[in-house]
Amino acid sequence: MQRIRLRYTKRGRLRFTSHRDFQRAFERALRRSAVPMAYSAGFTPHPKVSYANAAPTGVASEAEYLEIGLAAVRDPEQLRAQLDESLPAGLDVIDAVEVRTPNFVERLEASEWLVRLDGVEPVEAALAVARFLAEEKVEVERRTKNGVRVFDARGAVAALEAVESQVDGVTDTAVGTDRDVRTGRACAILRLVVRHATPAVRPDDVLSGLRATADLAPPVPAEVTRLAQGPLDEESGTVTDPLALDRAAAPAG
Amino acid sequence: MTVESVFPRLEALLPHVQKPIQYVGGELNSTVKDWDACDVRWALMYPDAYEVGLPNQGVMILYEVLNEREGVLAERTYSVWPDLEALMREHDVPQFTVDAHRPVKAFDVFGLSFSTELGYTNMLTALDLAGIPLEAKDRTDEDPIVLAGGHAAFNPEPIADFLDCAVIGDGEQAVLDITEIIRAWKAEGRPGGRDELLLRLARTGGVYVPRFYDVEYLADGRIGRVVPNAPGVPWRVSKHTVMDLDEWPYPKQPLVPLAETVHERMSVEIFRGCTRGCRFCQAGMITRPVRERSITGIGEMVERGLKATGFEEVGLLSLSSADHTEIGDIAKGLADRYTEDKIGLSLPSTRVDAFNIDLANELSRNGRRSGLTFAPEGGSERMRKVINKMVSEEDLIRTVATAYGNGWRQVKLYFMCGLPTETDEDVLQIGEMAKNVIQKGREVTGQNDIRCTVSIGGFVPKPHTPFQWAPQLSAEATDARLAKLRDSIRGDRKYGKNIGYRYHDGKPGIVEGLLSRGDRRVGAIIRAVYEDGGRFDGWREYFSYDRWMACAEKGLAGTGVDVDWYTTRERSYEEVLPWDHLDSGLDKDWLWEDWQDALEEVEVDDCRWTPCFDCGVCPQMDTHIQIGPTGKKMLPLTVVNK
Repeated sequence: MQRIRLRYTKRGRLRFTSHRDFQRAFERALRRSAVPMAYSAGFTPHPKVSYANAAPTGVASEAEYLEIGLAAVRDPEQLRAQLDESLPAGLDVIDAVEVRTPNFVERLEASEWLVRLDGVEPVEAALAVARFLAEEKVEVERRTKNGVRVFDARGAVAALEAVESQVDGVTDTAVGTDRDVRTGRACAILRLVVRHATPAVRPDDVLSGLRATADLAPPVPAEVTRLAQGPLDEESGTVTDPLALDRAAAPAG
Repeated sequence: MTVESVFPRLEALLPHVQKPIQYVGGELNSTVKDWDACDVRWALMYPDAYEVGLPNQGVMILYEVLNEREGVLAERTYSVWPDLEALMREHDVPQFTVDAHRPVKAFDVFGLSFSTELGYTNMLTALDLAGIPLEAKDRTDEDPIVLAGGHAAFNPEPIADFLDCAVIGDGEQAVLDITEIIRAWKAEGRPGGRDELLLRLARTGGVYVPRFYDVEYLADGRIGRVVPNAPGVPWRVSKHTVMDLDEWPYPKQPLVPLAETVHERMSVEIFRGCTRGCRFCQAGMITRPVRERSITGIGEMVERGLKATGFEEVGLLSLSSADHTEIGDIAKGLADRYTEDKIGLSLPSTRVDAFNIDLANELSRNGRRSGLTFAPEGGSERMRKVINKMVSEEDLIRTVATAYGNGWRQVKLYFMCGLPTETDEDVLQIGEMAKNVIQKGREVTGQNDIRCTVSIGGFVPKPHTPFQWAPQLSAEATDARLAKLRDSIRGDRKYGKNIGYRYHDGKPGIVEGLLSRGDRRVGAIIRAVYEDGGRFDGWREYFSYDRWMACAEKGLAGTGVDVDWYTTRERSYEEVLPWDHLDSGLDKDWLWEDWQDALEEVEVDDCRWTPCFDCGVCPQMDTHIQIGPTGKKMLPLTVVNK
């Protein structure tokens, strides 16, 4: 069985797709594009797809990953293009490699997030970031199915900075075309790198932390985009490509 | 004038609502056309939640039929849940379409498809959110034409005040005809404003414009007559009938939502209409005659639809799917074609007498063999004669015996309670039938764990059926009868534990009855319920019987009539019914005779295989039965990609 790892996005309005919604859409795309899927054994066979670490509903992403098992060998790039074509615009398949190394999920050590805070002055955001980083521990609350849970949102943060608006155009591609109407209003942008830990610390939790330490209260909901997930380079605080190992392990020629 | 998308404003609200994906559009196979390049624009609404409305075949068909036309645009809109409604009101975001998020008010036509009367309050919510006056008389040339269709539109009188017009029957050709009338009127510079447009539509005889008809009442509250009040407007408005379904292979590109919906499958309507003649069934009466899609036409639609959607299941839809003249070959042909793709087949609405085990085996070949569902509708043989559901208990027992013998373990049976002339004894027979089914199942399989679930709904008399004159059973009497049945089933030591018992209480049925057979005076109740916060009446968690009754008392004050008058009262032959001026093709005298036959327990056969019994539809509508067999076969597909 050939296995392929794919990187896909959730862009623009399709960031409101829940993970379950995405799963159904993806499995239908597999059928439409007649990908020769391997099926699980059993009474109701399912196509072999495994998903890693899905971003929350409402959060955009440039770096989601999944793995599929095929019943026949396919060229990864062709398969990528075929699936991308078959999925709605916004759910885009942007990278594909043949699986050559194990333990992929363990390689997803951290995520890099871009947090757009409309109506917040960049100076104010920078100040809040400084206060947050000065703390060793920032306790935040999150409502879960089992009630309110309190945990530390600071420890998992490997990097946090207020950056200039319009960082290399990423926000623009990430939000789609019907959004260039925003004019004039103050807007702060944060770049955030968080280690994948238990309990998981989400960008939302870091925002709660900024509110707790520095009273930062954005007037409208933050727009969050996952830019990358993968191995964490602790020194530079950057996240690297998790598919690099598979690519490097490619047989010569 | 280009219309701006409300999406940027809506988007800010979405993080605060449940399941935001239902509001963002972008479904596979959806269409966004250039606003300025189109001169007639339709907003189509299914007035329920997205998860129910999206799979609706009617809306999907019209959406595609309209969008295929040059210069015509159609977008969809659904009811927003109360969480978003509150935010939209707070932030001044209007009712929008999910395709391009354009405000509904900007369209030429706001068309609503009513499968059920319980969507009426949702229509008012949508109108209000759209900024369109609730009542037609208050609208101006700035407002769209508000048009209703769907089965409930066969009696549009309760919502007459809120509608500019209604169309009854098949919509495919009708929406195109209306489009042309609107296009011509706009091209001429909108002479005479919306009144002139409505007049042009009314004069076709195929569009009902309530304001051009006056309703006169008698002293006792009954209707005296309904009279046209504008020149050239006909006394009666006809239903539309599409002949030759193969020429209308829609939907060609079914919508595939990202959000989860109630039906996740590729649906193909294999025929339209039904002449089995079940007397309670409005759908069977108003969609005559039977028009089959050919086996080859069905094969092409399934093939194209699966390619376009990636669905894993094909639903062969109709009012009684096993009645298609070539159903066996269709099921076998599809099962053969899609064995490798693991595509399941489903056949809703299977009659016991049309069922056979070969068919059932084909249907379950690529999927599970879970349960079989049948709808005897009446518990006793006598009751089934009254409703003309000619299925004997022996048929049913023989069928389930074969099914159990072939590996099925569960049978589900649907019934109604509150049918005309029904007694407690008739309903208690439902329990007996379930016991006999289990008994037979144990006998055939030699196992004890055989299950039979009975599911019971309250009967609501509907317009354009032989039961349109019948008294509806009160909510209290319905509940009492169902309680007796429950006790009798639960009390049975030998079978009780194997019988699943599901039923609905009688209250929602009374409101449905009020809205089904109501007249224009009921409009005040609907408005009062809406203003009091009534929404999503088809949903248990939102429906409030007490609110409906309180509003009815207020709304009907001074009319001399009340809810009982509309629901539990038996009508007489002479009475002018609120929907008499809407022509479904059925001869009223034939309906009356059929009602009398019902009372005398006389059955009537199906005109597909016996001579015509003069229901009136074919001569009145200039239509005829279109059935096979064609003798053609569904050939295997050429294998590609394998």
